[in-house]
Amino acid sequence: MTATILLQQLINGISLGSLYGLVAIGYTMVYGILRLINFAHGDLLMVASYAAIYGVALFSLPWFVSFPLAIAFTGCMGIVLDRGAYKPLRDAPRISLLISAIGASFLLENMALVVIGGIPKGFPRPAMFAKVIDVLGLRIQVLTIYIPILTLIFLAGLLYIIYRTRVGKAMRAASVDFETTRLMGINVDRIIAITFLIGSSLAAAGGIMWALKYPQVNPFMGVIPGLKAFIAAVLGGIGNIVGAVIGGFLLGLGEIMIVALIPELSQYRDAFSFVILILVLLFRPTGIMGEPITDKT
Amino acid sequence: MAKSQRHLLLNLAGILLVFLVLLLFERHGSLYQVRILNNMAIFITLAVSYNLVNGICGLLHLGPNAFITIGAYTSALLTMTANEKMMNFIIEPLIWPLSVVHAPFVLSLLAGGLLASLFAFLISFPVLRVRGDYLAIVTLGFGEVVRVLCNAFQSVTNGPLGLKGLSPYTNLWWTWGVAIFTIAVTTKLVNSSYGRAMKAIREDETAARAMGIDPFKHLLLAFLVSAFFSGVAGGLLAHLITTISPTLFTFFFTFNLLIIIVVGGLGSTTGAVLGAALFAWGGEALRVVESPIDLGFLRIPGIPGMRMVIFSIILMGVIIFARRGMMGRSEFSWDALWARLHRPAR
Repeated sequence: MTATILLQQLINGISLGSLYGLVAIGYTMVYGILRLINFAHGDLLMVASYAAIYGVALFSLPWFVSFPLAIAFTGCMGIVLDRGAYKPLRDAPRISLLISAIGASFLLENMALVVIGGIPKGFPRPAMFAKVIDVLGLRIQVLTIYIPILTLIFLAGLLYIIYRTRVGKAMRAASVDFETTRLMGINVDRIIAITFLIGSSLAAAGGIMWALKYPQVNPFMGVIPGLKAFIAAVLGGIGNIVGAVIGGFLLGLGEIMIVALIPELSQYRDAFSFVILILVLLFRPTGIMGEPITDKT
Repeated sequence: MAKSQRHLLLNLAGILLVFLVLLLFERHGSLYQVRILNNMAIFITLAVSYNLVNGICGLLHLGPNAFITIGAYTSALLTMTANEKMMNFIIEPLIWPLSVVHAPFVLSLLAGGLLASLFAFLISFPVLRVRGDYLAIVTLGFGEVVRVLCNAFQSVTNGPLGLKGLSPYTNLWWTWGVAIFTIAVTTKLVNSSYGRAMKAIREDETAARAMGIDPFKHLLLAFLVSAFFSGVAGGLLAHLITTISPTLFTFFFTFNLLIIIVVGGLGSTTGAVLGAALFAWGGEALRVVESPIDLGFLRIPGIPGMRMVIFSIILMGVIIFARRGMMGRSEFSWDALWARLHRPAR
């Protein structure tokens, strides 16, 4: 293997990893507040991709209108998801909440299957993303470079919201204790809705970028990226937003590098992340950046 | 007559009744009816054993499909003759000891169950260290890993091609025999001190620990028993449909089992049985919504996936509005039936 190929794979890994990171942020935010794995989070990738396709194909909007609209639509879907599937179960046992989340995930996937059909749709890829440029002898699709940059911009914006605004302060409070937060005059349900809005919008951005990278959209496209993003969130330390992005980078890099270095293992690529998950849970359940998880009552 | 003796007699009478009904269907029922009855019994076995971990112990385990896969492959590889194996493994030959061993059906089922239990034992160390959402994801991941391995280990599982042309050994007597055996063993276990300890762990693990209960030991027991019966049911299923491939046992399968036990009532064996029977029958009845409907003047084409939409809505509806399901946590008992029949007239 030459240095060029290695560098090429490194860039691919960072690009894939930042997508995982972007989706992982949503998992980690919802987990931080509700202590719930939002199983339907991955399916929001699919929702966003279809919304973007329909924006371009059906309403013939230019992509720079259609994509933000799709992100906004998916953000609202996130709020609907919370109101429909999770809010009625705030005081229910945890297992009920999780089952509801799994049900919501299957409902989204199969609704898409019924309404849109199972045949994969091609994603309209604007020419400016598909362009291939030469850098130091490497042939790189510009998208591969845009993805990590956009991820870092989103991350910076999110960190600003969480640590520098009142809403962010309320979110941090809600992630520690609902009751006390309520006593401080904060509408916790609104804060949860905002969390879902932000998390789902980021998942939507991730989904659209995923579809730009792999332009085949089908009702089940979100399942595997969703699971891997969750693993990235655990790897980084669940509840920690910077950790989620770091976990995403590590997972994406690891996945690409294992396949690049040992091509015989390429069939096992999807198993790799689960092995990582098991190892993390065995040896460092709090992840790289995480603090010990406390039960919230 | 002592109460326990009377119950035993009533239970035996109940089983006899089931067998008479089965005999009736075997003699006079259509192939389709027999098929549904077989499915029903296999779902009962799976749901009762799944409920042992999810309902009784309160762990959200999402990987029974992995144990079903292991059981199905093990049992299939044991009953196939050397010749059949040669015909199946065209891309890469089956590795040595497996290519010649051959076992009768009953031994293959046992082997399937035992191997599933062995795998359950191996993954129990990472799995039972965690609870709640983490446990759900790790078991889900295990299911995915098993599927990936089934695709990759061509020289053992024949990869994506799967195994074809298995002998259809499974019949009503096998499926219902196993189902009744599973119910009997699970009920015995749940009503023993082990079962009470499992329920104590479900309600409050810290309190259970303070009472001197070792959570790992008890959860492991439930996990192994559940995996064993899932494996056996996998073997039955393989010899019922006679073709298995890695795509057969995906997370969808687990999702169906989850619906069954939630609708039946998490934590009730009776509920799992009722849920499974309802699912096997209702799943067939609901095929209507996926097949084309011809109204003479209007033709509605079939909508694939509609059944899963309905199932998802049922699952969410039950969990949000009727969390106790059909049975809650109560069980069928002869005494309760007796009391109900002899309720004074109002």
